[in-house]
Amino acid sequence: MVRILAFFVGLGFVAALIFSIIVTPFASTEESVTEEFHKQPKTLALASDGPFGRYDKQQLQRGMQVYNEVCSACHSLNLVNFYSLEGLGYNEAQIKAYAASHEVPGLDPDTGEPTTRPGLPSDHFPAPYANEIAARSANNNALPPDLSLITKAREGGAPYVYSLLTGYTAVPADLPAENRPGTGLHYNPYFANLNLAMAPPLTSEGQVTYAPGNPKPTVDQMAKDVSAFLVWTAEPKLESRHAIGWAALAFLLIFTVLTYLSYRQIWAEKKGK
Amino acid sequence: MSFPWAEEYKPKSAMMQWMDDRLPLPRLVYGAIGAGYPVPRNLNYFWNFGVLAGLALTIQIVTGIVLSMHYAANADIAFASVEHIMRDVNSGWMLRYMHMNGASFFFIVVYIHMFRGLYYGSYKAPREMVWLLGVVIFLLMMATGFMGYVLPWGQMSFWGAQVITGFFSAIPLVGEPIRELLLGGFAPDNAALNRFFSLHYLLPFVIAGVIILHIWALHIPGSNNPTGVEVKTESDTVPFHPYYTAKDGFGVGIFLIAFVVMTFFAPNFLGHPDNYIPANPLSTPAHIVPEWYYLPFYAILKSFTGNFLWIDAKLWGVIAMFASILILFFLPWLDNSPVRSAKYRPTYRMFFWILVADVLVLGYLGQAHVTSWVVLMSQICTMYYFAHFLIIVPIVSRIEKTLPMPNSITEAVLSGEADEARPIGVAPTNPAHPDPVKA
Repeated sequence: MVRILAFFVGLGFVAALIFSIIVTPFASTEESVTEEFHKQPKTLALASDGPFGRYDKQQLQRGMQVYNEVCSACHSLNLVNFYSLEGLGYNEAQIKAYAASHEVPGLDPDTGEPTTRPGLPSDHFPAPYANEIAARSANNNALPPDLSLITKAREGGAPYVYSLLTGYTAVPADLPAENRPGTGLHYNPYFANLNLAMAPPLTSEGQVTYAPGNPKPTVDQMAKDVSAFLVWTAEPKLESRHAIGWAALAFLLIFTVLTYLSYRQIWAEKKGK
Repeated sequence: MSFPWAEEYKPKSAMMQWMDDRLPLPRLVYGAIGAGYPVPRNLNYFWNFGVLAGLALTIQIVTGIVLSMHYAANADIAFASVEHIMRDVNSGWMLRYMHMNGASFFFIVVYIHMFRGLYYGSYKAPREMVWLLGVVIFLLMMATGFMGYVLPWGQMSFWGAQVITGFFSAIPLVGEPIRELLLGGFAPDNAALNRFFSLHYLLPFVIAGVIILHIWALHIPGSNNPTGVEVKTESDTVPFHPYYTAKDGFGVGIFLIAFVVMTFFAPNFLGHPDNYIPANPLSTPAHIVPEWYYLPFYAILKSFTGNFLWIDAKLWGVIAMFASILILFFLPWLDNSPVRSAKYRPTYRMFFWILVADVLVLGYLGQAHVTSWVVLMSQICTMYYFAHFLIIVPIVSRIEKTLPMPNSITEAVLSGEADEARPIGVAPTNPAHPDPVKA
């Protein structure tokens, strides 16, 4: 009885699917214009890549400088607090001084009126705009995303960020009119819909002045450095993750060998072969 | 518990004797996972996965309880509280990544455990109840996993909740009110997040309870084995401890190595980048996909595109998706072949492997960019999925010519792998192992 019922239920599903196949028009998929012009991220090799990856602290510091002097005009870094900057190799005094150089929202201790005060190490990076409406009104109605997690929140990660920063080109001649950038938009083939509200942020060599002993601040170098910095902001615990991972693996390899040997020994007489 | 030759628990000290007379907990453990539980001696490595599933649940409960001490179930700060765990809580990143990847590993081992049951006929009499309870555990896991994915309140959390609860609105008349009741509002918001958190904390303990029933039901007939032949004599079995505790220990080592590699070196490999964007009800992601372990069912959901018999295509999809799991409840009665193990069922074995491939392809199609080819392929694969359980298996179980089986587990073990299926009287292919009965 169960089997007869099941047979008819099964036929019902199969019939519904055959019906679905018949009524669904089969459209051969053509590559859309955006897919045709869209490019995959360039390759970007960073010191933090791979299971042995560690951060290049000099590079992170340069990247933070690029963020401070360029990106932070529009983009927030809400999730990062100042004391975590010790991950970049800064000491406590440097972090205190750096935090104090930022004005963060606060309350006047006498009147209770909203005001600003110098930042403390426990404060987070202050946002450039008070809220979303202010951010949009200053940016032609586009919202600059928070950058704290950007390398984890975009398909392609850090190479995507690097490609976007260095990927602005002239509009190709064969791009159809409806895909050409409108007012306030900029052509960038690494962006999914090709037209990006962000104007090219890194435009000329020397836009940021690196301390002596660092590589030349070319556009490419600055883009690499800030991408590396944004990998760190998204994953500040990467180095301890890799270190603990290797320790755990070393322990488990010994553990597994021992359990295998004891398994073999216990079963030795039962295998009967 | 299960066989007359099972070792009885004997307290070794006066204190344990005292304990045994008042609360025989050591006796229970001894009979359940100690030397008091005789197990077929020929289990292969696929029998490790039950223990591994239990370990995965334990990892989830332990990491989850600590995470909940730092997590805030409030739509305004849930996302930031997860990032607080990742950045400021001591080893919080490790707990969170273990919990995230632990869910995937729980599903991986449970899927292998289930396909093991399908291959070796572990769902058949007298173990139907073990299988039914297992399907209940699987359903509870799916609910728990879904609600857990909502908690970080990222874009996929929000839109996943929107899509999944949207299934209920496909039910005629009462669908929309049911959806609003489940969500506590018209769209996922604080009310939904809070109840999901509450249930996500509760359900793992319900799972633990059903696991106790699952093991209890298993211990009545005892474990199945790769030959599917019933245990006949004491020589067919070994005590669970130390034989299978040792083997499971090795399995645990391998499992943990794989788990550590993923958790520490590719923690976001199985996740989706969009879930690192805070939930935004005003911005729909270009491509909403569930977690990988739901993908085959998601593909089934999307494959119904026609309003067959005046039933809406969306409702067909929802019915089919739920039915794809509910039919597993009927499997013990759909397959009435007296032979359990697919080793001796060549036709069933072929269809079994087609099913495995079918489910894997459905998983791929579930996340693929929707094109006509993807839709057509998922329709064909869904068709096979239902046909397999509802039409093919019942027919195969009636007409199949099965291969000769060994007389006992001991015979299968002693004659070696190649000769396991050799009936008595036929010359052994390996002369080093003469016929155990004649020898």
